[in-house]
Amino acid sequence: MIGAFQSPDGGYTLDNVRALFDEPYRTAFKNSIEVSLVTAILGGVFGLLIAYSAIRDGTPRVIRTGLTTFSGVAANFAGIPLAAAFISTLGVLGVVTEFMTKQLGYNPYDHGFSLFTKTGIEIVYLYFQIPLMILVIAPAIDGLRREWREAASGLGASSFQFWRYVGTPILLPSLLSAIVLLFGNSFAAYATAYGLTSGSVGLVPITIGFFLSGDVFDNPHLGQALAFGMFVVLGLMMLAYIPLQKVSSRWMR
Amino acid sequence: MTPRRRIAPSAVIWLLFGAAYFLIPLLASLLVSLRDDQTAKCCTLGNYGYILHDHQFWSTIRLSFIVALETIFLTLLLLVPTVYWVHLKVPRLRPLIGFLALVPFVVAPIILVVGLLDVYRGTPQWFYGEPYGFLTAAYVILAFPYMYFSLDTGFRSIDVHTLTEASQSLGAGWPTTLFRVILPNIRAAALAGSFLTLAIVMGEYTIASLAQFNVFSVYVQYVNQNKGYPAAAVTLLAFAITWAAMLALAAVGRGRRMAPVAEGAR
Repeated sequence: MIGAFQSPDGGYTLDNVRALFDEPYRTAFKNSIEVSLVTAILGGVFGLLIAYSAIRDGTPRVIRTGLTTFSGVAANFAGIPLAAAFISTLGVLGVVTEFMTKQLGYNPYDHGFSLFTKTGIEIVYLYFQIPLMILVIAPAIDGLRREWREAASGLGASSFQFWRYVGTPILLPSLLSAIVLLFGNSFAAYATAYGLTSGSVGLVPITIGFFLSGDVFDNPHLGQALAFGMFVVLGLMMLAYIPLQKVSSRWMR
Repeated sequence: MTPRRRIAPSAVIWLLFGAAYFLIPLLASLLVSLRDDQTAKCCTLGNYGYILHDHQFWSTIRLSFIVALETIFLTLLLLVPTVYWVHLKVPRLRPLIGFLALVPFVVAPIILVVGLLDVYRGTPQWFYGEPYGFLTAAYVILAFPYMYFSLDTGFRSIDVHTLTEASQSLGAGWPTTLFRVILPNIRAAALAGSFLTLAIVMGEYTIASLAQFNVFSVYVQYVNQNKGYPAAAVTLLAFAITWAAMLALAAVGRGRRMAPVAEGAR
């Protein structure tokens, strides 16, 4: 960590940290934050909808159990194998790409789509973001007790009023804390993006990887400064996460 | 209001959407893994044969497995007595340790490896140059939160004070109490933490690749870059390992609510 503030000749300096605000590192941070925000929000929304669909009244219990087990696996199925699975699916010669080209006459690669871009990374990250959301939000949805719903409708509340005045206020802290967690999860990811693009999309972890593997030689302390920058972002994330977590755990017994 | 018996239509749509998103990549990998390496025609098991006959596959998987066992052993050795002591004598420290356990989430693997390569530079070769030394040390840090939260849940569900006093009034010393009274009671929690650690270590790529150790995930990436169809086969084998660890986890954790969330592989 101290290395981030050292110059190549061993003296102390803030130059390395200042360099983070210049190109190409500024873009790396911008890309990383963008990918993390998009996947945290989309993952949060889809995860919530899927988890709620599985837990709400009327859905057979077995679906809930199956979903929890499967989410546990999918949230852990990341890194190199995940990237490879998506290359088989949506890569240039992937099964789905071939299907779309042959059966629908629409080759997504002719229309500007590529798996090996930021959009591609976001699609792949959602594969572990959505299950993580399902795992962390399920207890909060369980906390929305059925009695409250019945009490609300007994007092003449419509479904919209229930969600406006009861459901959303109770779920909101859990939802926010889960999205913050998802943001950090995607911000720190290295292996998946590397396996997918071999580093052609400049994210912060990928750039640090280049420094460590010796592909960039100029100043080793810059790599440490980048790591320090990541640490600051993730630290801020934790500072937002802990109080939200405290509020949201109030409704969970 | 009578509770709805039927499944809601919107729920069906979302669940189908989720199922499609998660099953299609797996199905696609399966189809690709069955193609012939020369003619790209379906169906052959040749790609699986190629992987299973590759001695690199077995040697890297063995290395990862040994590192995983070593990590599990060291983490348990460090944490079981610590968590026991905290629960018994200084419960005030529990929030502090809970906070410390969040540190590996802030210091992500990619940050950790930058620091560790620097800090351990100059340590003896048997440590710095060997996966059993350097890599295990790094993985103990990664495994700490998962093992801690798992054990903490386990210890909270038993009455540490009564068990300890009962054991001591029967004349048992500390080692006997720890090994013959406490350990059997938290066995499920310790196993759950161990399976999570196993899943993390078997999938971890960031630290291993940047510290240049040839473990299982590095081998998967090598196949991924150099061979087309066998890559899909080895992907499914890696997926099977994750499944096995998670199913084992679900089996030991039955009846208790636990969120198996691992971050090592990212």
